[in-house]
Amino acid sequence: MSSYSITEPSARQKWVAGSLVIAYAVITLLPLVWILTTGFKSPNDAIAYPPKVVFEPSLEGYVNLFTTRTRVTPEQLEALPPPATWYEEIVRDRDMVIAGPSRYGERFLNSVIIGFGSTFLSVFLGTLAAYAFSRFKVPLKDDLLFFILSTRMMPPIAVAIPIFLMFRTLGLSDTHLGMILLYTAVNISLAVWLLKGFIDEIPREYEEAALIDGYTRFQAFYKVVLPQAATGIASTAIFCLIFSWNEYAFAVLLTSGTAQTAPPFIPTIIGVGGQDWPAVAAGATLFLVPVMVFTVLLRKHLLRGITFGAVRK
Amino acid sequence: MAEVKLANLSKAFGDTQAVHDVTMTIANGAFVTLLGPTGAGKTTILRLIAGLEQPDQGDIMIGGRSVASDTPAQRNVAMVFQQYSLYPHLSVRDNLAFPLRSPLLKTPKEEVDRKVAEVADVLKISHKLNNKATNLSGGEMQRVSIGRALVRSPSIYLMDEPLSSLDAKLRSDLRIELKRIQESLGATMLYVTHDQIEAMTMATHVGVLDEGRLVQFGTPREIYEDPVNLYVAGRLGQPRINVLPADMFAGAPSGAKTIGLRPEHIAQGEGKPSQIRRVEHLGDQTRLHLSLEGHEIVTLSENRATYEAGDTLAIQPRNPLFFDASGARIA
Repeated sequence: MSSYSITEPSARQKWVAGSLVIAYAVITLLPLVWILTTGFKSPNDAIAYPPKVVFEPSLEGYVNLFTTRTRVTPEQLEALPPPATWYEEIVRDRDMVIAGPSRYGERFLNSVIIGFGSTFLSVFLGTLAAYAFSRFKVPLKDDLLFFILSTRMMPPIAVAIPIFLMFRTLGLSDTHLGMILLYTAVNISLAVWLLKGFIDEIPREYEEAALIDGYTRFQAFYKVVLPQAATGIASTAIFCLIFSWNEYAFAVLLTSGTAQTAPPFIPTIIGVGGQDWPAVAAGATLFLVPVMVFTVLLRKHLLRGITFGAVRK
Repeated sequence: MAEVKLANLSKAFGDTQAVHDVTMTIANGAFVTLLGPTGAGKTTILRLIAGLEQPDQGDIMIGGRSVASDTPAQRNVAMVFQQYSLYPHLSVRDNLAFPLRSPLLKTPKEEVDRKVAEVADVLKISHKLNNKATNLSGGEMQRVSIGRALVRSPSIYLMDEPLSSLDAKLRSDLRIELKRIQESLGATMLYVTHDQIEAMTMATHVGVLDEGRLVQFGTPREIYEDPVNLYVAGRLGQPRINVLPADMFAGAPSGAKTIGLRPEHIAQGEGKPSQIRRVEHLGDQTRLHLSLEGHEIVTLSENRATYEAGDTLAIQPRNPLFFDASGARIA
């Protein structure tokens, strides 16, 4: 047997590899588990020392996340009619009444609009640009591609002040449009470069065949190239969404009232009525869900190679 | 179907002159084969006609109209690529229907179904219509790719070595089938191949290309029997033509540098004695590898005579071809 032959790993090798993977998974998942469980603890359990692994689950964190509450005296509490809902009951147990909804829902919706809006725009523009760079003779192509890449050579926040001034002048501060444009500007270089790589791999023969079959260049792009670039588009979209969804620094700087996203909002929960860690954890847990769902929905496109092989190389 | 004319067509890629001043008429209903080694410009000519490349010079006329400024779709040509180029995200059925559903043809659904079924039947892929295009063998892919051209009625079919990847049996079946289809449709076809049998049996005309130039254009028999130069003579013939110094045998015209002897142009029993080096029995024919004054000669055994290596055989030319120092035919 040569040293290059492919052999089944031994039981011992499998055991070692398996343990390493499990250990890595535990280490990376632990903070997530911590956040998830803290969301379901009571405020006292959340700050208990030593930490409580077994605890009585409570929805207080989630109730606090979605409501604003006022403290009332026991006499006032007595005078109130009995609580109508389960969440009012939780709040009354803490000598408080619900004053109204919190702004988390609104902030979350802002995150969805801005995150998905900028992802769509980045991928849409990125796909068109990548196709052009891949297929056409673009003057100064290499320089342009380098210029696009160079926008990623410094941390985006380094240009925070000029962007802040620019946004103020243009009236884009604290608007959805402004944030979508900003995140698109940051993501587009990644999108163009990633997608160009994917489109380069799609043989031109497909489009040429479609052109001869009676389609225009754009129809060939739409009917033949796009379905085959689905894998690349899906993974690019995931990368873009993760950035714009999690972005914190620009969101703090440029949004406050109308267009504030969830990341700058979640920490502000801490200040309202004591250090409410379960509410913060609940906010963080819910905030993780959309990206997770998005990734799971697109995961089948992440399997590469399904569209390759119909052209003889 | 239409007549296709190429007039002084030239195309260069950087420093490489892929097509050099090619003028050729592909008559309506003709089956023209382009022969030439890799890099001779065969594929480039197809791509120029299809509109996938723009010529540097010259014009292309389809049905008497210049199409130089038309898009590939407007030219209404069908092309079979050497790489099958099936759309991998579509089923076999959708691949075959793709050209019919184009904005150019906008074929009604019933007619699409009918034509697809018809072509699938001819190419024996009916049982694979619902397969994904990627879920086929190489031969099936190539048949679908031919089918995608045949569903249409274009002004010309362009085929770039469509049978080169098939096994011998399928290849000869499809060769006959393609020729039959072409004749029954009266289709105009431009066909690129390396294969002598394809060129000789299917074509009404053969064009021989050398480094982008069209060296000779004629019927297969003309190309075989009356080549204009040594290069063309070498393109056809299996075993290849034997090239010997002209003074080896008496009777060479003045100026002749080499003599070209096809295997069947060697008379046996008289003339110069040669040594038999090797005998190959191919079943229908027996090849003799001879050595004469230091030159290798391949010929076919006549009269079913049996020879063995080491025997001596007297040979002399019969209807030889003579070429001058530049390779041009002089007699």
